[in-house]
Amino acid sequence: MLNVEEIDVYYGNIKALKGISLNVNEGEIVTLIGANGAGKSTLLKTLSGLLKPKKGKIEYGNKSIAGRPAQVIVKAGISHVPEGRRVFANMTVEENLELGAYLRKDLKGIRNDFEKVFELFPRLFERKKQLSGTLSGGEQQMLAMGRALMAKPKLLLLDEPSMGLAPLLVKTIFSIIEEINRNGTTILLVEQNANMALSIATRAYVIETGSVITSGTAEKLQASEEIRKAYLGGM
Amino acid sequence: MEWLQQLFNGISLGSIYALIALGYTMVYGIIKLINFAHGEVFMIGSFTGFYAIAFWGLGFFPALILSMAVCAVFGVLIERVAYKRLRDSTRIAALITAIGVSLLIQYVVIYIRGAQPEAYPNVLPNRSFDVFGVQISSQSLLILVVSVVLMIVLQFIVHRTKIGKAMRAVSYDPDAAKLMGINVNNTISATFAIGSALAGAAGVIFGVYYTKIDPLMGVIPGLKAFIAAVLGGIGIIPGAVIGGFVLGIVETVVSALGFSLWRDAAAFIILILILIFRPSGIFGKNSKEKV
Ligand SMILES: Nc1ncnc2c1ncn2[C@@H]1O[C@H](COP(=O)(O)OP(=O)(O)OP(=O)(O)O)[C@@H](O)[C@H]1O
Ligand SMILES: [Mg+2]
Repeated sequence: MLNVEEIDVYYGNIKALKGISLNVNEGEIVTLIGANGAGKSTLLKTLSGLLKPKKGKIEYGNKSIAGRPAQVIVKAGISHVPEGRRVFANMTVEENLELGAYLRKDLKGIRNDFEKVFELFPRLFERKKQLSGTLSGGEQQMLAMGRALMAKPKLLLLDEPSMGLAPLLVKTIFSIIEEINRNGTTILLVEQNANMALSIATRAYVIETGSVITSGTAEKLQASEEIRKAYLGGM
Repeated sequence: MEWLQQLFNGISLGSIYALIALGYTMVYGIIKLINFAHGEVFMIGSFTGFYAIAFWGLGFFPALILSMAVCAVFGVLIERVAYKRLRDSTRIAALITAIGVSLLIQYVVIYIRGAQPEAYPNVLPNRSFDVFGVQISSQSLLILVVSVVLMIVLQFIVHRTKIGKAMRAVSYDPDAAKLMGINVNNTISATFAIGSALAGAAGVIFGVYYTKIDPLMGVIPGLKAFIAAVLGGIGIIPGAVIGGFVLGIVETVVSALGFSLWRDAAAFIILILILIFRPSGIFGKNSKEKV
């Protein structure tokens, strides 16, 4: 479904991604783990068109999307839930969700998806008219995810959805991610919480300073001594 | 009753400032640029209205609409030609460019038609009537109504339409807006178009109200409207409206007290005071809330 080959991404003169390759198959949950500053967010931003790769290929369903503008990529079916949620704090929950469906014209489908999002996140329904800046961190995460789902993505990019959330809420969020996946959306998940991420993922990539250092099935990585030491708290 | 009269005059003047201030504040909200060429858009609007009325015989409303349309296109053109390429450069570079664009427009107009002023034709019937001792001219009443209607339309666009929501999203967080599939370039153009159309309307209204226009007419009202926008909190739409009205009333009151020579000074004193005591303006929060 998504095929990334040897991409280089720069911030000015700083090379943040150095020849990263990865692929995501339809129906999978693929997770990217790696330390702070490894380049995980940079990779997601490149996939969603916020950054342009200097080199390399990004293919999505046989179409090249490298360097295309974000709106083209959203339209093609990739939605990105950015790190730090980035909800529009000056707008209500409902308006945020409406913006998620910005490119869609099928009013009936949009209404349908409003209901689906509210089923997935009942708390958002209760707070429909509330300014999203006044939501709690967990609720903002739900809103950011709901907003991305309103675009009806085939591939959902999630950047650290568990950041700053209490353990119980992290569990809820992860089970919702699994549910979204069961409903037919492929997921590329960036996480610091490697344990949690590997527990729901099909496959994983480990990134260090802009390059992939290991990859494989989630079970294989969970079993690997090195990975456990470096990312799983050595349990 | 004298006071009520002055209040009404102040509100009429304030509505012109408010219309111009809206463009400043909208553009600032979306690209964080003080568009100093905005006063010149106002001037172009005023001249468009003038030619439409004096030479093509259009009435007030057709001239108003034509001038709004011309200014909308003109504003978008300025943005695409001069500001777009500076989006990622320093703010000071963009600001200096804006001042350059402003001077360029002034002197191109002078080059083309000369610097002499023009007398605005009388397009609106002018009858005065007495309301509780206040002399209200039908002209200033119509002008006030037109301004208020435009502000309501703007409020509707910004809050209820898709493009309005896109404008708010881009001004809050351009990258997040991109992730929604919003075309940021088009949204910025739409903001320039709407803000400039309002300045165009203000230009026609100004011409009808004050009857004398010239190529440098945009400078002082432009600065005053900028002050109004800062007063209300730059980037905040209702702030620009309130700031405009407050400034209009203050100026009228200062004149009425016999200090008419101090009228312009009053505006700048307000600017200085606001920058010292409340730089974020009446409605501005001191820091943006970010979680
Ligand atoms: N806007 C930017 N300008 C310059 N350098 C940047 C920018 N954003 C990120 N970087 C650099 O790029 C590298 C990768 O950053 P990135 O945000 O992708 O890391 P990450 O893996 O998401 O880290 P974290 O887990 O802390 O979110 C870092 O060295 C960072 O300092
Ligand atoms: Mg990150």
